[in-house]
Amino acid sequence: MSINHKEIMKLAELARIQLNDETIKETTKSITDVLCLIDQLGAEKTNDIQPMAHPTDAFQCLRADEVTESDQRQTFQNLAPLAENGLYLVPKVID
Amino acid sequence: MGSKDIHEKTIAEIIFALNAREFSSLEITQHFLNRIKTLNSVYNCFITICEESALKQAKIADQKRMTGEFSDFCGVPIAHKDIFCTKDLRTTCGSKMLDNFIPPYDATVVEKFSFEGAVVLGKTNMDEFAMGSSNETSYFGAVKNPWDIKTVPGGSSGGSAAAIAAQITPGATGTDTGGSIRQPAALCGISGLKPTYGRVSRWGMIAFASSLDQAGPMAKTAEDCALMLKIMAGYDAKDSTSANIITPDYTEKISRSINGLKIGVPKEYFQDGLNFETEKSVLDALSQLEKQGAILVPISLPHSHLAVPAYYVIAPAEASSNLSRFDGVRYGHRCENPKDLNDMYTRSRAEGFGDEVKRRILVGTYCLSAGYYDAYYRKAQQARRLIKQDFVSAFNEVDVIIGPTCPNPAFEFGAKKNDPVEMYLEDIFTIATNLAGLPGMSIPCGLVDKKPVGIQIIGNYFREALILNVAHQYQTITDWHQNYPKDEKIESIRKMRLE
Repeated sequence: MSINHKEIMKLAELARIQLNDETIKETTKSITDVLCLIDQLGAEKTNDIQPMAHPTDAFQCLRADEVTESDQRQTFQNLAPLAENGLYLVPKVID
Repeated sequence: MGSKDIHEKTIAEIIFALNAREFSSLEITQHFLNRIKTLNSVYNCFITICEESALKQAKIADQKRMTGEFSDFCGVPIAHKDIFCTKDLRTTCGSKMLDNFIPPYDATVVEKFSFEGAVVLGKTNMDEFAMGSSNETSYFGAVKNPWDIKTVPGGSSGGSAAAIAAQITPGATGTDTGGSIRQPAALCGISGLKPTYGRVSRWGMIAFASSLDQAGPMAKTAEDCALMLKIMAGYDAKDSTSANIITPDYTEKISRSINGLKIGVPKEYFQDGLNFETEKSVLDALSQLEKQGAILVPISLPHSHLAVPAYYVIAPAEASSNLSRFDGVRYGHRCENPKDLNDMYTRSRAEGFGDEVKRRILVGTYCLSAGYYDAYYRKAQQARRLIKQDFVSAFNEVDVIIGPTCPNPAFEFGAKKNDPVEMYLEDIFTIATNLAGLPGMSIPCGLVDKKPVGIQIIGNYFREALILNVAHQYQTITDWHQNYPKDEKIESIRKMRLE
């Protein structure tokens, strides 16, 4: 399985990672190499095998709908690159 | 025991010395901090050194020990891999993305050691977001293997492993998603255990691949790993995948005889690609265990060849999802002067993540994208089931499985950096246990070209106590775990003076 320039640009868009012209060739090559590795799975017959998502076949844990945490908005917003008046600031989305 | 320098002591010996009031925690902590100051510039094991807080914690520990109410671990210095969130202490995960991240809370593992009164010497270096087998992907520079500074320490918990090998900490925490405790343990000649998935809480451990990640102890000996696991293990309501089962006392039965123990030796772990000298060391180790009464049973794990390809679908897929949280909004790196929201996301992530992390996010995005999900992700999950079934069948016949931890001893920097697939194959023997969720441990079993190699002991689900028992029994009749490299810097200073 190989991947072309158009596909790698689409992937980068989906993953929200900007790729620059200098590294795109190398990235395309290394991703193609990894895809060749994982293509080995295709040779294995797995039609009747139940997929395994989790090592312990865990189920979703539920807890009572009760407030257990205190408000720590300010503490968490102290970590933000840009926050003001309790809001996270990002570039304008709508004009 | 008395003739050993402080840094040569195991954790068990440090506890003995503290109990006997041979040393105070302050003296021990100061001794390790002095060594860190001298040697970290050579090995680069630590991203953050906590001198001030460590000395403060040591003084508190000494006071507690004076009152008569303290646990064994009170005053014992350790280090945490920089993947564990530490309250008010920078936690980088080896990434530029989190270069300035100071968590507002402690990971459960960190909290548990603090509760016992352990002293935190610092945060250890690691491959960025735990993605790597050589420590070369760290934003803070590669860790050097104390056995040979031209070679890698393994990864991703390479800082923890190298710090123990350099004897600048007696123990450290690590995490293992595809071999990140066991592979560096093998390459640095120390002991490291990846517990059963769910045995140790993942709360506050920065996520890479959530269905594979597991924290575990790294130390000089199996006995020390048992002492550390006793603290780390246990149910945590804050981690919904944490196992709600009883935690045994891992030290209690560590000295049991292994007479009659059935050891499975998988033929697939002794095939092409395994270094001849490494194989010889592993076979020697198996003979030693046989002499202690263990019975070697040839077994087969027929789907072993699927482990690496299945892992490199599942782990990147989960990583691409987990790492989507790093968007430059709430924490982490944000690019300068973004022209719009999308520009902010794409440039922040391009600047904040290194090449290997980007590669895995892109591979994961590909495997989860429309049209490829069934061919890759579903297929890998089916392969995962086959791999687990192999182990379930094997454990109907044997008590533990033993083989090599890695195919080769430590390799030189740059040797595999430009070939990701070749690098991925370094974890060929460790990945399957993560996919199955089983516990596995690496302990040193020999030297190849003056560099350590390890055996891997794999146990059935939640049978860490048995793994530690086997490892400890091996270490009672061998001395590989007592071999440590000479201090590079001290040696070079000595040579300079002689010249």
